[in-house]
Amino acid sequence: MSQPVLTFTDRGIYCPAADVFIDPWKPVERALVTHGHADHARPGMGRYLVTEGAAPVMRHRLGDIDVETVAYGETRRIGGANVSYHPAGHVPGSAQIRIEVAGEVWVVSGDYKVEDDGLSEAFAPVPCHAFITECTFGLPVFRWDDQRTVAAQVDDWWRANAAQGKATILGAYALGKAQRLLSAVDASIGPILTHGAVENTNEVLRAQGINLPDTIRVTPETNPKDYPGALVLATPSALGTPWARRFGPASTGFASGWMALRGVRRRRAADRGFVMSDHADWEGLNAAIAGTGAERVFVTHGYTSIFRRWLEGQGYDAAIVETRYEGESLDDAEDTA
Amino acid sequence: MKRFVRLFAELDQTTRTNAKVDALARYFQDAPEPDRLWTIALLSGRRPKRTVQAGRLREWAAERAGLPLWLFEESYPIVGDLAETIALILPDARRDSDLSLSDWIDVVRGLGAMAEADRKAAILDAWDRLPARARFVFNKLITGGFRMGVSQKLMTRALSRATGIEEPDLAHRLMGEWRPETTSFDALIRAPDPSAELSKPYPFYLAYQLDDGPWKLDTPPADWAAERKWDGIRGQLVLRGGERFLWSRGEELMTDRFPELASLADFAPPGTVIDGEVLAWRGDTPMSFNALQKRIGRKTVPKKLLEEAPVIVQAYDLLEDRGEDIRALPFAERRARLDALVADLPDEAPLKASPLLSFETWDELAAIRAGSRAHNAEGVMLKRRDAPYRDGRRKGDWWKWKVDPLVIDAVMIYAQQGHGRRANLFTDFTFAVWDGLPGEGALVPFTKAYSGLTDAEFRKITHWVRRNTLERYGPVRQVAPEHVFEIAFEGIQESPRHKSGVALRFPRMARWRHDKPPAEANTLTDLKEMLDAHG
Repeated sequence: MSQPVLTFTDRGIYCPAADVFIDPWKPVERALVTHGHADHARPGMGRYLVTEGAAPVMRHRLGDIDVETVAYGETRRIGGANVSYHPAGHVPGSAQIRIEVAGEVWVVSGDYKVEDDGLSEAFAPVPCHAFITECTFGLPVFRWDDQRTVAAQVDDWWRANAAQGKATILGAYALGKAQRLLSAVDASIGPILTHGAVENTNEVLRAQGINLPDTIRVTPETNPKDYPGALVLATPSALGTPWARRFGPASTGFASGWMALRGVRRRRAADRGFVMSDHADWEGLNAAIAGTGAERVFVTHGYTSIFRRWLEGQGYDAAIVETRYEGESLDDAEDTA
Repeated sequence: MKRFVRLFAELDQTTRTNAKVDALARYFQDAPEPDRLWTIALLSGRRPKRTVQAGRLREWAAERAGLPLWLFEESYPIVGDLAETIALILPDARRDSDLSLSDWIDVVRGLGAMAEADRKAAILDAWDRLPARARFVFNKLITGGFRMGVSQKLMTRALSRATGIEEPDLAHRLMGEWRPETTSFDALIRAPDPSAELSKPYPFYLAYQLDDGPWKLDTPPADWAAERKWDGIRGQLVLRGGERFLWSRGEELMTDRFPELASLADFAPPGTVIDGEVLAWRGDTPMSFNALQKRIGRKTVPKKLLEEAPVIVQAYDLLEDRGEDIRALPFAERRARLDALVADLPDEAPLKASPLLSFETWDELAAIRAGSRAHNAEGVMLKRRDAPYRDGRRKGDWWKWKVDPLVIDAVMIYAQQGHGRRANLFTDFTFAVWDGLPGEGALVPFTKAYSGLTDAEFRKITHWVRRNTLERYGPVRQVAPEHVFEIAFEGIQESPRHKSGVALRFPRMARWRHDKPPAEANTLTDLKEMLDAHG
């Protein structure tokens, strides 16, 4: 093999055969983008190739960009490479990108989770020779309960707060987690109010045909007293601000994989932490990697050095790649979108 | 255990003080008495004796989870808590258990007498019978360090509500050497016998920091007494029945560490309890904290050290006078009795009264405070002359007014991820000053610091560290030397163990100097000058 299918540059993951970058962090002529979160989809690229499901959010966030869309499983010939997109189960429209050059197949996972959340297209492993994977939660202490269990915890909490006349303020990513919660909770408990950043994303997703329960956008005119017992879906950074204080007596919570750690939750000083992540947990990462049949694994972001060592012990040829992806943050740039 | 685990969850799932007190008060009303007693014990830092080595627990947990030990060891510092790490990695429990908190504590206590193989079997059995949160609580009972987000003050308030006994009475009953294994809820709380425990100290009264100085206090300087805030170990000296007991603020008995105080049991009248500062002392002045530091942590003291750093108690207050609890008397009167007591002691007695400072205006006191470091003091204390000796940290009657810290501007050169509360952030940093010309010489590391930034600043620097890593050494990242921080600290001393030749006391990040380029950071020469002036 004269040249690897993908190389790792200071602008992003590069495919020489196709002369394209995948999820680049510096401006390039042509970008293949896995999904719309800000650490993967950045402004300033000449052209973008994304799934049909990811395109509306990217247009909404990045403005007037040159976007071409592709269906899951559809193969495009770009230069000397066959390129196709496959569901990553992370957020609606998110993809793993498969690149085949002269019979050699590499797959870039982007961000992914293996549980079917009923909203995003479900993750499916893509057989490959080399797999470039995230490992945000690449430690055995991270094990997620299934979504139904976590949703029931949120429902119980919401119901109890409503019974005590308190608002329920839940911090979650504006793109992905918020909609996943919306579709998983029992919307009959009470009204659901949304922070502007959450509602903007809701509107985009509804317009592309995704079903979400009814929500009410919080505006400066909104009087919380009109919505007793409400669930307020906010961005994580909105908690503890004057914006959140308008709801009066309230119980606060975050939904994030980081909530598995008691210390992280206590630092954020929320009442409740719900362990729900749009990233794979320890078992999910291992199952996903095994499912690809890959011999070589590159880990991009998360607990990379520990996870690499673990993979080597499992017989993989594993290496760390420095990227600018951030995985799941409680303090993400998503909030400004 | 289910009731206790539910209490633990309730306390853990709210940040509101009232909700915590409510949950605790309910528990203290409903739970079986042995469980109540153990809960009080755990919340006041008394845990069952350790019966299993932490190292064994780690091995057994990794083995049970089917993971290599190294992976457990790497995960542990990130979680930041051994009990939690074990609870998280173990496979789900397959059975159930109806044992109570005190039943499980009996299990833990019984482990000590077992052979290693039986001990392991008992632990694995327990892990398999407890769901995740209960397993965490069980692990905490074994490993200790149980923090439930409830201060002793809140616990006392809840207990007061459940029993109808006044808070200060309860606080006093809960002090001292009692053990849950040897007392009962009745004997400790409902019908205490004060004479039963000669050693029992009073709750310490703690002061808040006076951030903006005394000028805004609502009463004139004449209403206040002031003394130096000595830089030693705060302690309570209990002299009763011909015996002496020295308690630290953390309710640790330190009597045997300071044998030179033995003569006080003979000199002072029985029934004397003194609040004061343990200080290393030479001639008629305190030595620096560095001298005392050599004595801390030593349970037995070699003769040479006794001669190099002899200690005395510098008394602040008298709490018990000839067997009478005088905490309700005004400070001025307690102080007069203290002075009379000390005046009766021979000169060589290792007990002095901390001198009151003479001042008429706040500006005069400010000038005295400015000279604190020269007296090996941390600042001044203000006490309202008519105030009783209260319990716990309370505002109003006592204030501490510490001197401003020493500061130096330094360049960040290494960063490491935090653990526990701060697992996903870079929070542990190493700082350097210039050796030679600023901006041209080498950067010499001289201190680490972990605290002082806001959460938002920690998030910002984390973001930056990820992008500006030059090199990785295991968990440590060398970062581009671009950011200057003002490091504040309380003291500086010579240290041959450090490359820079100095060690700082309580270093923390006071400010992120966005306005300063690295070339404007301080130098090793500056640091050495500070050592000469304050070391």
